Amino acid sequence: MARVAIRSLNKKFDEVHAVKDVNLDIRDKEFLVLVGPSGCGKTTTLRMVAGLESITSGSILIDEKIVNDLAPMDRDIAMVFQNYALYPHMSVYDNMAFGLKMRKFDKAEIQKRVREAAEILGIHDYLLRKPRQLSGGQRQRVALGRAIVRHPQVFLFDEPLSNLDAKLRVQMRVELKKLHQRLGTTAIYVTHDQVEAMTLGDRVVVMRDGWVQQVGDPMELYNEPANRFVAGFIGSPAMNFANVRITGENGGIWAEGDGIRLKVPAHMSNRVGGHAGKEVTLGIRPEDMRVARDSDPADLNIGAVVEVVERLGSEILLDVAVGPVTMVASVDPTATAKVHDKLQLAVNPQRLHFFDSETEAAV
Amino acid sequence: MIEGARWRRWVFFHIPLTLFIVGLLFPFYWMIVTSVRPDNELYRPWNAANYTPFWTLRPTLQHVTDLLTETLFSTWMMNTMLIATVSTVISLICGLFAGYALSRLKFPFAGSIGTGIFITYLVPQTLLFIPLADIIRNFHLGDSPWALILTYPTFLIPFCTWLMMGYFKSIPKELEECARIDGAPRWKAMAYIIFPIAIPGILSAGIFAFTLSWNEFIYALVFLSSPEQKTVPVGVTSELVRGDVFYWGELMAGALLGSIPVAFVYSFFVEHYVSGITGSVKG
Repeated sequence: MARVAIRSLNKKFDEVHAVKDVNLDIRDKEFLVLVGPSGCGKTTTLRMVAGLESITSGSILIDEKIVNDLAPMDRDIAMVFQNYALYPHMSVYDNMAFGLKMRKFDKAEIQKRVREAAEILGIHDYLLRKPRQLSGGQRQRVALGRAIVRHPQVFLFDEPLSNLDAKLRVQMRVELKKLHQRLGTTAIYVTHDQVEAMTLGDRVVVMRDGWVQQVGDPMELYNEPANRFVAGFIGSPAMNFANVRITGENGGIWAEGDGIRLKVPAHMSNRVGGHAGKEVTLGIRPEDMRVARDSDPADLNIGAVVEVVERLGSEILLDVAVGPVTMVASVDPTATAKVHDKLQLAVNPQRLHFFDSETEAAV
Repeated sequence: MIEGARWRRWVFFHIPLTLFIVGLLFPFYWMIVTSVRPDNELYRPWNAANYTPFWTLRPTLQHVTDLLTETLFSTWMMNTMLIATVSTVISLICGLFAGYALSRLKFPFAGSIGTGIFITYLVPQTLLFIPLADIIRNFHLGDSPWALILTYPTFLIPFCTWLMMGYFKSIPKELEECARIDGAPRWKAMAYIIFPIAIPGILSAGIFAFTLSWNEFIYALVFLSSPEQKTVPVGVTSELVRGDVFYWGELMAGALLGSIPVAFVYSFFVEHYVSGITGSVKG
């Protein structure tokens, strides 16, 4: 068990500055997820923690000890790779035992640990098979098994589920979570899938172009995104955005845009009021909109024209045109809206988001 | 497979394939027939009444016996075997490490060194033997197996390096990274993970190198002079062709016996060899 600290970490590949001034503190037993689009520097950060990539500047500490110049084998970590990286010429047993053999464990102990891990992962029937005789899910389990037999201080996962089909991915996600709860080992997990990040992470780090955008627990990222990028990246379907101008009249603050005129609720008026007369970006999550009833106040409604109706069973997604922009509203499955219908959508005033148009930071 | 009418399969598949196989195998057949044909049939004029060029009714092993007793053929075989084996082993070891370094380690000019090695392979032997002859003379290695054991790697090492480089590149680098995280220093990751996976590649490089040195002619002709030092290709052609007299029976018997070890090596490793040519092992 260990804490991991990343201090002012930078990585440059020739001209490309891949990781920019990353600072993170990963608590003991924490499951931290790095998430972001491809090329955001998340895998490079993980590889630097593993010791597979040299550090341009900054430092990495595992349990208070600087490991910058330690070889990967001396960092007491285990890593699971996207393509599993199973040794094709060895049996499942030998794959799992390799790390222990290299560390000169005695035979009985190796056998005990491999059996134990195989039991946890349900792969004890395949111990004598070669990796090529296994299915994708089984290979994934062997790769996990190889990591857990070592009882390392830190687990590193590099998109371990992205080679699996959708159904198996959901199943393995749950198993990974259970496994972490059972073992309690500190884990750093890299993924580009925000659903994986939200479901697995105790805390999630959103990265973009080498910069950390926000660190927080999943609900914090969802409810209080630090900027427009995080707001758009976290949540599915993604948050709707529209450009509005903030105006103050009749003693209230209003957000006005093409086809939109919303009264900014009192609890936000202080923050948003500071931007009076300026353009800002309004953000509304699809689930914070519903078809308006007569009792809804008109100053919290948006007029929209339905373009596409997607019936998902538990909800209906309405793709609607609001002025020049297209928005998605997730509405009650009993809604009867049809294509080309003109309707009023009521927004939840407690859950409006505003972002500065220039800095993109949350207002 | 060719689809459609029956005649199409004959015209585009069966007939061309048959012609190809006959063209490929006929020289071997000719070699075998000639080596077991008695002398009086071999030198019978083409317009004689009982002239049968494509078969013989009275096969004999006389030429093989003559080859083994009257000439130094068995010595040549031993020389060739020794030279081919030792130079192959030297080249494989060098090629294995050089190929690994060039494909896996990051160091300045790795790419241009790789290309440079390939270019040395392209220098024709007919040019290279002139300076090499000078070197062999200076080191007093002429007329000994060492002359060939040390010169064959000049073309075998670039060949093995290039082949192994390609093979190592096809092995995912995560395997090695995983081994290094698992606790193996680089040399152990190399010995326990990468080299075992590369066995098909190593075997193909080895078979190729062995065949190239077994069949090599120019260096063997230039650097060896006494009959008991010669290799099979040089021994057979220089000792069994006397002026304008060709001992065809013995020549063909020598060629036949000389090709057996190579054929044996190929057939023994053919499966590995094919997978070595066509690519790596996938996890």
